Amino acid sequence: MKTLVWVEHDNKALKDATLAAVTAAAKLGDVDLLVAGADCAGVADAAAKIAGAGKVLLADDAAYTHALAENVAPLVATLMQGYDAVLFPATTTGKNIAPRVAALLDVMQISDILSVEGPDIFTRPIYAGNAIATVQSTDAKKVITVRGTAFEKAAASGGSAPVESVSGEGDKGLSAFAGAEIAESARPELTSAKVIVSGGRALQNSENFHALIEPLADKLGAAVGASRAAVDAGYVPNDYQVGQTGKIVAPEVYIAIGISGAIQHLAGMKDSKTIIAINKDEDAPIFQVADIGLVGDLFKIVPELTEKL
Amino acid sequence: MKVLVPVKRVLDFNVKPRVKVDGTGVDLANVKMSMNPFDEIAIEEAVRLKESGAASEVVVVTIGVAKAESDVLLTARAMGADRAILIQTDEEVEPLAVAKLLAKVVEEEQPGLVILGKQAIDDDSNQTGQMLAALLGWPQGTFASKVEIAGERVKVTREVDGGLETVDLRLPAIVTTDLRLNEPRYATLPNIMKAKSKPVAKKTVADYGVDVRPRLRTLKVAEPAKRQAGIKVGSVDELVERLKGLGIAK
Repeated sequence: MKTLVWVEHDNKALKDATLAAVTAAAKLGDVDLLVAGADCAGVADAAAKIAGAGKVLLADDAAYTHALAENVAPLVATLMQGYDAVLFPATTTGKNIAPRVAALLDVMQISDILSVEGPDIFTRPIYAGNAIATVQSTDAKKVITVRGTAFEKAAASGGSAPVESVSGEGDKGLSAFAGAEIAESARPELTSAKVIVSGGRALQNSENFHALIEPLADKLGAAVGASRAAVDAGYVPNDYQVGQTGKIVAPEVYIAIGISGAIQHLAGMKDSKTIIAINKDEDAPIFQVADIGLVGDLFKIVPELTEKL
Repeated sequence: MKVLVPVKRVLDFNVKPRVKVDGTGVDLANVKMSMNPFDEIAIEEAVRLKESGAASEVVVVTIGVAKAESDVLLTARAMGADRAILIQTDEEVEPLAVAKLLAKVVEEEQPGLVILGKQAIDDDSNQTGQMLAALLGWPQGTFASKVEIAGERVKVTREVDGGLETVDLRLPAIVTTDLRLNEPRYATLPNIMKAKSKPVAKKTVADYGVDVRPRLRTLKVAEPAKRQAGIKVGSVDELVERLKGLGIAK
């Protein structure tokens, strides 16, 4: 089977989520990579080094700078004449583009796969991960998004794939990029961090969140996450949200502080290797999934913990 | 400008899903069903556009069982939708087929904007809005946290992995809602009573001539591997020892 993997990048660097999609694709067959962007030859070079890459298709066009779905979906759909499957990382970019490609190809997408069970059989989570469905695609071509935490990352080096230029229709004139507020942080990225410290509504306000959660995270070299409640209450921005409809994470250690553990939150973190919960309510559902729990007042516990580490 | 809001009837978000023992799916018998929470946000946004004068009419549509008329479509009208369309079927309809049906509804209704929830909390597919946009050749503003209409264009601020991104779209367009777009109003009892007189057009899938046969075959639905509750420690010192044991503290 010939597969094409969408390379996630910001025109400068290749994003890690790509590597998990490459692993999933390799279970189906040969893997080529698509780098669509502008002035992104460096990304194509990085993609060419991914272990197992067959070739890299580079679509370098100003119309693809911000990966607007209206412009890149027709490009992918056209390239699919030569492929049996296309895989996107299940990032906000992948989730935005893939269904548009699927509809152009008249294919029912398989979202957020957890495993490849056969050439057309996959598992995927439904109901916030409270059930796992095994599905078989009957479409001739497959359009797939890949859950990054479910697959090992392919090695970012060792490959030496040729880079081939391709072009599409460019700007469809439907949409334009108007700006972005991308948070700059010296901390690790949530989806690839080894340790995550997450805070919930019990922090009470933004000041407490920053004063308690961040020093602990920095002591541990951890990323900072949050429950939906904390994001909705405005303690932290949306990109901190871990859960069913936020980010899906599976770090070595996940420390949940003042998070009760609604199923929507558990959906985003229950595949973490070790879960640690600090909560004043000993009946909080978070303790049902936590490996290590500490019942008590987070306003006393967290500063003490930060100091003793 | 008319706004079309497609909604889905799903297992209520407060109900813990139970996998059927025969592994064919999730048990939906005798459990509370509600409107998909993201779709409530979509209706709220449409109603606010009408209240601000940017929209003239809000039409809600659902594809599903007959009972939807008296629950989710009633809620939608009580929240402020002017009228409803029920495309009745007892079968599960996949996002691709839903998008094809909705494309037909769009052809008939000619809305300037379609607002959908970004994903349904039952199948968690996150596909329908993008697919509808592709079928219509319209632009899409997915995962919206802000929607601003300005003449023939709409600015949509999107929740993306790194933060926020704003796109400027030509109308007509598709918008899919994220959690922070608004806080949906409650359907009050007086509004529910009044909503009963707002019209519901009843259709069937066959009326639209769309092939809705599923493309994905569900072979099995199983419970995920369960985590066991671990231990509780009694003090911060014990927790520090545990963290050292995990190799993340020195």
